[in-house]
Parts: sequence; C-alpha cells; structure tokens
Amino acid sequence: MSYFSDIYNGVKTLLTGMGVTGKYFLNSGKGAITQQYPENRDTLQMFERFRGEVVMHHDENNEHSCTGCQKCELACPNGSIEIIWDRGLDPETGKKKKMIDKHIYHFGMCTQCGLCVNACPSNAIEWAQNFENSVYDRTQLTRVLNKPGSKVKAGIEE
Amino acid sequence: MNISLTLSEKTHELLSAIMPPSVASIVEMILIAVVYLTFFAIAGLFLVLLERKVAARFQLRLGPNRVGFQGWFQTVADALKLVSKELTGTVKADKFLYNLAPYFVIITALMALAVIPFAGYFQAFDINIGVLFIIALSSIGVIGILLAGWGSNNKFAMIGAMRSGVQTISYELSVGLSLLTMILITGSLQFSEIVEVQRNGWLIVQGHIPAVLAFMIYMIAGTAETNRAPFDLVEAESELGAGFHTEYSGMKFAYFFLAEFINMFIIASIAVTVFFGAYLSPFGITESLPWLGLFWFLAKALVLLFLMMWFRWTFPRLRIDQLLTLEWKYLLPLNLMNIVLMAVVVWLKLTIQF
Repeated sequence: MSYFSDIYNGVKTLLTGMGVTGKYFLNSGKGAITQQYPENRDTLQMFERFRGEVVMHHDENNEHSCTGCQKCELACPNGSIEIIWDRGLDPETGKKKKMIDKHIYHFGMCTQCGLCVNACPSNAIEWAQNFENSVYDRTQLTRVLNKPGSKVKAGIEE
Repeated sequence: MNISLTLSEKTHELLSAIMPPSVASIVEMILIAVVYLTFFAIAGLFLVLLERKVAARFQLRLGPNRVGFQGWFQTVADALKLVSKELTGTVKADKFLYNLAPYFVIITALMALAVIPFAGYFQAFDINIGVLFIIALSSIGVIGILLAGWGSNNKFAMIGAMRSGVQTISYELSVGLSLLTMILITGSLQFSEIVEVQRNGWLIVQGHIPAVLAFMIYMIAGTAETNRAPFDLVEAESELGAGFHTEYSGMKFAYFFLAEFINMFIIASIAVTVFFGAYLSPFGITESLPWLGLFWFLAKALVLLFLMMWFRWTFPRLRIDQLLTLEWKYLLPLNLMNIVLMAVVVWLKLTIQF
C-alpha cells in the first residue's frame, strides 16, 4: 500500500513547495533582493563578505603589517602574487632582516579564491569591495600593493 | 477544396465575390497562414518575456526591465540578435537532416495551432478527428528531435536526442490517455463538438473526480512533453551539455526554443479546450457577446501557462530513471484506472450537468 501513500505524500510535498514559491511570487513586488545597479551607484553598499580585489591595509603612518613571509605567494594556486624582497639592515637593531621591496598582485589572473588572505599570518592583506574593474589594458591590472616608502609596523614580527 | 476554413465567413464571402472560387480559397489559405504565423511569432516572443518576468518574481529578482517600457521589447531585441547571428554547424554533420530537423519541430507546432478553437469562428481547420490529429502531430515533433541529434553527428547530441525522445514518447501515452478519458464524456474527437458539449458545464465539472484526475495527469504529462522543468533533462545547459540542440546556433536554435514555447501554449490550449470549456465564458456570463470568446480562451490559457511556469520555478529536475518511473509506474496505471472510473461514471450517468 506504500504505492498510494507515496503518491499522496508526493502530491502533498509538491503542493507545499508550490505554496512557498507562490508566497514569494505574491510578495516579490515589495522586496526584490536584487538591486538596480547603475542607478543606485551612489547608495550602493557592498557586503563585507564580497571579494573584489586584494588590498594591503596601510595605517596613517604609511605602515603595513606585511613581513614578507611569502605565505600568500605560496598559497596562491595560479601565481597571482609575487613578492620581491631583499635583506636589509634594520635601523633599530642593526641586524639583517627580510624586507619587502614590492608586493605585486596580478589581478588579471586572480580568481578571488581567497587562499592568500586566509594564509596571511599577520592579516596584512584583505578583501576590498570594489567591483568595477574593467580596463582596456591588462597591464593596468598588475598592482603593487605596498605603497611607496611604506614600512612594516612595529611589533608585527615578534 | 472541401477544407472547413471557418475562420471568418465574411472574408470568405468577400473574396468569393471578387474572384473565382478556387483562387478565393487559395487567397483565404494564404491569409490564414499569415494570421497564424503572426500570432505564432507574437505568442512566442510574449511567452518568452512572460516566462522571464514570472521567473524573476518567483526568485525575488527584478527581471528584464531595460528595453522599452518595463522591458517589454526585450524579446524583440533578442529575436533581432538571433536573426543576425551566424549559422554555424559541424563539418561532418549530415547537412540535409541537420538543416531539416528544426523545421520538423516548428512546423508540427504550427500545424497543431490550426485545429485549436480560439473562438466561435476562429478555428482554421475544424477536422472531425481533431484530438487524434493533435496527438499524432505532437509525435512528429519527436522525429525532429531525433533527426537533430542524429544529423549533428555528435555522440552527446545523439544521447541527448535519445533521452529527449524516450521522454517525449513515454509521456505522449499519458497525454493521449488522459484526453481519451475526456473523450468518453464528449463522445466526439472534433474540437467544435467538444466545446458544444460544455455548454452544460465545463468538462472538469461534468466529469468531477475522474476529470480532475485526468487534468492532473494531463498537466504533468504535458509539462513533460514540452520538455519543461521539472522534466527538462533535454536542455539542462550546464549539467548535461544541452542535449540534442548542442550543435545549433542562431535562428536554427531559436526554432527549437520557439517551438518549445509554442508547444507549451498548445498544451495549455488543449487543456483549456478539453477541460475548461475553451471560449465559453464561466456560467455563460458573456453568452451574448461571442467575440469575447477569444478573450476568455486566452485568459484561461494564460492561467494554465502560469501554472506550468509555477511548476518550472518550484520543482527540482528529475533524473532520467525517476522520470521514467513516474510515467510507467505511476501515471500510466493511474491513467488506465481513471479511464475505467470515467467509463463507470458515464455508464451510470453520474456526470454533473447544469
């Protein structure tokens, strides 16, 4: 007899599903969850979880927290991150220390997987929310993330 | 020529007055063809737009709203784009069959429109085996699908065509049997007579329980026959590689696409004719205004089309084995039982008539 109860349950669950979507249909005039994009550009708020592009956070003293550990470079599956570094003398301690020259981010190759951001031990890089990234020349998508003249924040390496 | 072209008596008289009868009938046929082709194109474009609008509402989106007022010219723009697209094909395809297949699909859809009674005198071809004619025609559409798969000379298209063919042929049975259930009440296969019987109450009321069952089976099988979700294995774009029309581009693809929407309209039209009294108004409220028949017909058809769109945007897609199980283990036995039930109802005169 499970044959007929199957039919009964089948029809019942289908009607339940149609009830849910029917409610959506009737109410969707009030609250569409999508937005009319170019018109609302001024008021547009992107979500914090949105992955636009990778940026490096600099504070007001032009200091960042990247120690040049290269974990992001290793984590990137397609080599979008390149770090050019050298050892230089630390002015305070006088010891030789690893310092980044350029943190290069090839945005044109990036798939926004986020592994670099997860891999960073000092939270130096993070996601930005911008998304209008179309350009005519792909060289414009190669970004140097650390600003000129910036240095590592004190107390990050310990 | 003895084809009952009942579209308009007046046009017939007018044409007969100014030219010899044979020329008049040919001119009449051309006029009717033009009317139906126009209707076909407009209905296709409108249904595509409607589908997108309805889908947007179901999914809490905005939908097309750019081209024209509220996006009403979106599908016209799409059609222009499709016309201007290059027609590509595979080198090793069977060129003749490959090019023939879209026409099979679209011509059968167009021919099926001919027998549908849109209004009292708005029916091109009132044949006395109307229901049989429509069932037979929709089987020819399968040949178009199989030819498309075979002609493409591509194993994925071939598998897709087989899948589509098995689906359409299986569900054809249920469509036929559920219509047969209703034929037991009307006692005629002619659409105009089927409509006349319903002056004493729509058939879904006259046949009550078995008629409602037949309607449910018909809607399920009809949705499946038009390859729409939840039975759209045929065109699961990303999951299955789109099936039989993978190799088609531009307008040839659009023919398959358009035929699907017209078939959907035909399925709804048959349902309206056989279950909901075609162009008859509810309780005969506009009996004195026969030209409102077209309005009632289209209104009822739109409700059923909306129901099919509701199915599409609610239910998840079936797997091929589930699809065949549903047809052969559930719909078909139920359908056969339903026919017996309907026969008993008609035999004992348990039908409800006003």
